[in-house]
Amino acid sequence: MTAYLLRRLAQAVLILLGVSLVTFVLLYLLPADPARQIAGRSASPEVVANIRAQLGLDQPFHVQYLRYLGALAQGDLGRSYQQKTEVAALILSRLPASLVLMVGAIVCELALGLTMGVAAALRRGRTADHALMLTSFVGVSAPQFVVGMLLLYVFAWQLAWFPLGGYGGFSHLVLPSLTLGLLGAGWYSRMMRSAMLDVLRQDYMRTARAKGLSAWRVVLAHALPNALLPIIAMIGIDIGLFMSGIVVVESVFGWPGIGQLTWQAIQRVDIPIIMGVTLVSAVAIVLGNLLADLIAPFIDPRIKLR
Amino acid sequence: MAILRQLLRRKLALFGLLVILVVVAAALFAPWIAPFSPDDQLFDGLTIEGAPLPPDGKFWMGTDLLGRDMFSRLVYGARTSLIIGVVANGAAVLIGTFFGVVAGFVGGWLGAAMMRFTDLMMAFPALLLAIVLAAIFRPSLWIVALVIAMVNWVQIARIIYTETRSIAERDFIEAEWGLGASRGRILLRHVLPHLLSTTIVWGTLGIATTVLLEATLSFLGIGVQPPTPSWGNIIFENQTYFSSAPWLVFIPGAAIILLALAFNLVGDALRDILDPTQKGRH
Repeated sequence: MTAYLLRRLAQAVLILLGVSLVTFVLLYLLPADPARQIAGRSASPEVVANIRAQLGLDQPFHVQYLRYLGALAQGDLGRSYQQKTEVAALILSRLPASLVLMVGAIVCELALGLTMGVAAALRRGRTADHALMLTSFVGVSAPQFVVGMLLLYVFAWQLAWFPLGGYGGFSHLVLPSLTLGLLGAGWYSRMMRSAMLDVLRQDYMRTARAKGLSAWRVVLAHALPNALLPIIAMIGIDIGLFMSGIVVVESVFGWPGIGQLTWQAIQRVDIPIIMGVTLVSAVAIVLGNLLADLIAPFIDPRIKLR
Repeated sequence: MAILRQLLRRKLALFGLLVILVVVAAALFAPWIAPFSPDDQLFDGLTIEGAPLPPDGKFWMGTDLLGRDMFSRLVYGARTSLIIGVVANGAAVLIGTFFGVVAGFVGGWLGAAMMRFTDLMMAFPALLLAIVLAAIFRPSLWIVALVIAMVNWVQIARIIYTETRSIAERDFIEAEWGLGASRGRILLRHVLPHLLSTTIVWGTLGIATTVLLEATLSFLGIGVQPPTPSWGNIIFENQTYFSSAPWLVFIPGAAIILLALAFNLVGDALRDILDPTQKGRH
C-alpha cells in the first residue's frame, strides 16, 4: 500500500514537472514580446531592453526555465501584462465563484446523468431507452455556448424565472450550473446505462430478486453501488471538462470566476493569465486523477493496487 | 458495403448520414445554393433603424447585424466546419495512430517516452490548450485546423496504443514471429489492418469533437476570423443581438448541434457494427 502510494505520488510529481515544462516552452515560443507589451508601443528600444533584462528574458533557456520553476514552487505565476497584478492573486480571488459553479454543475450532471442512465438500463430496448439515449447524444453534441444562450433566452428572457446572468444567490446559479453540467450528464448517462446493464446480468442480482426483494431495493441497494464504480474514475476527466467549460459558460452568463478571467485575458491577449489558468487546470486534473486512483481501492476491494 | 448496409438499417445512423450528406452538398454547391454572396452587406438587409431582419420570404433565415443574408452565410459556413472537421481530425488521427502504433508495437525507450508525453498532454484541458495555441499563432482557417489537431490527437493515441498492444499479444502475431516474418511485414500485413476499424470509429466520433471545438474557439473570437463565415463566429458576431434577434444565434447553433450529433450517431453505430467485443452490450 505504502509503496503504491509513493509510486503514484512520484508519477504525479513527474507529470507536474512535465506540465510546467510544456507551459514554459509555450511561453518561450510566444512571438509576442512581453517586454514590448509592458513598456507600451511608444517606448524606446533602450527601455524595452532594460525591461527584458529585468525580467531575465535575455538569459538562456534552461536558466529561464529553472527560474520559472522556482517561482512556481513559491506559488508565483507571474504578472498580468495589462492589470499589472499577480496572476496567482487574480486566480485566487476568482476561484470561489468558479468552485460554486462547479459544485452546482456536479449536482446537475449526477442528478440528470445517473437518473437517465439507470432509467434507460431498466427500460432497455424500449422507446424510453431510445429517447433517453438520443437525448444524451444531443447533450454531448451541443456546444455549451448555444445551450447557455438557449436557457438564457427561454428561462431568463421570455419566462423571467431566472436573472439574466451575473453573480448572486441561488437563482443566479441554476442556469449556468445546468449548462456546465449538461455535457457531463450526457457522458454519465451513457456510462451509467452500460454499467447498470453489466451489473444487472450478474448472478447476485438474480439472487437478490429470487429472495423476494422489491424491485426498488434490488436497484438501489444492490445494482447502483456496484454500477457507480466506473463513475469514480471519471473525476479527473470531469475536472478537465469543467476547466474548459467554465471559460464558455462564465462568459455567457457573466459569472465572475476563473473562466471569465480567462475570457477577458483572451480579448486582451494577456498571455500570463491564460498560461496561469492552464497550469492551474492541469495541476487540478493531475491531482484529480491521483485522488480517483487512491479512492477506488477503498470503495472496491476487488481493485488491486498496482 | 456490408457495413454501409448495416448502417442504413439503423434509424439513428441513417438520420446521421442524411444530415452529413446535406451538409456536404451545401458545402460543395454553396455558390449555387446560396441566394446571395455571404459577404454582401445588402442594401435592403437592415431595417430603417439598422436592426437585422427576421426570417421572411426573401431572406428566409433573416439577415445578420451587418445586413448579410443569414442563409447564404450558413451555407458557406458549412465549408468551414467540414474543412476543419476533415483536415484537423484527419491530422489528429494520423498523429495519434503514429504515436499509438510506434509506442504499442515498437516499444522500447522511444515507445515509453512517446506514451509518457501522451499522458502529459492528457493533463491539459483541450479547450485551454487550444486557446493558448491559438493565442500564440495568428488564427486563420488552417492554423485553427492545426491547433485542433495538436490538441485532439492525444485521445486517439491512447486508444490506438491500447488496441495495438492487445493485437501484438495475440497468438497469430506470435505465430508470425515464429515463422520468421519481419517486423515491417507484421506491422503492415497484420497490425495495421486490425487497427482499421478502431481508426474508422474514432475518426468519425472525432469529427464531432472537432466541429464543436472549432465552433467554441470561433465563438470566443480566436477561431476562424470574420469575414470568413463559420457557424461559431456567426454566433460570436451576433451574440449582442440575441434577445431581439434570436434567429441569429439559434439557427447556426442548431446547425452545429445537428452536424456534431450526426457524426456522433454514425460513429456510435460504426462502433457497434465494427467492434465484435461490444456485441450484445446494447
